[in-house]
Amino acid sequence: MLKFGYLAMITFTILGSFWLEIFLKVGVLRRIKRALLSILPVASIFIIWDLYAISRGHWHFDAEQILGIFGFGGIPLEEFLFFTVVPLAAIMTIEAVGVVKRKNEKWKFGDER
Amino acid sequence: MSYTQLALMAVPVAILFDLFITRRRMILRRAFWTSYAIILPFQLLTNWWLTSREIVMYRGEFITGIRIASAPIEDLLFGFALILGVISLWIFWGARGVQQERGKTLE
Repeated sequence: MLKFGYLAMITFTILGSFWLEIFLKVGVLRRIKRALLSILPVASIFIIWDLYAISRGHWHFDAEQILGIFGFGGIPLEEFLFFTVVPLAAIMTIEAVGVVKRKNEKWKFGDER
Repeated sequence: MSYTQLALMAVPVAILFDLFITRRRMILRRAFWTSYAIILPFQLLTNWWLTSREIVMYRGEFITGIRIASAPIEDLLFGFALILGVISLWIFWGARGVQQERGKTLE
């Protein structure tokens, strides 16, 4: 069970945000192209940062608490999931705020028609 | 560069990206700050999980050593830059008409 330590955090983030798809109908997964266009450029920069930080020893991971699957540069699989799931959760959050607040003229989201 | 220096750099870079590249000015909108206020407690909780259980460990020489909920304070700057960057770009694509259609807005 120990090796699911990091993955548990990813799962928690998914559970904590994806319910917004069902109950507030934020429709982020339906707009996956826009989501990927938003996540991939930013996540790429953070993965380069991650690569640098791991190579310089800024941070490291407990081998016992990760799955042990690595991508390029020795980045654990969980890190790639982190940089996908956390941005998705952030987008779902602002869309949820939008579902509640868009009718209010004072709340401009910056992408109004 | 240390984690502290990179984290301190990431925040202004994200703000400049928001103001001058996407030009969505999310940093000035209550929609963004409300979202951030919702996300922040979850970030503290997940950071706490990763650091208190020592799933992720940091070398002392690269951080200030100031910790919030067991995680280096640098993580908050890191998270802020990530969230601002992604949200600003998401809104940017929406303004450009990329999959702008939304679900029903509550009354």
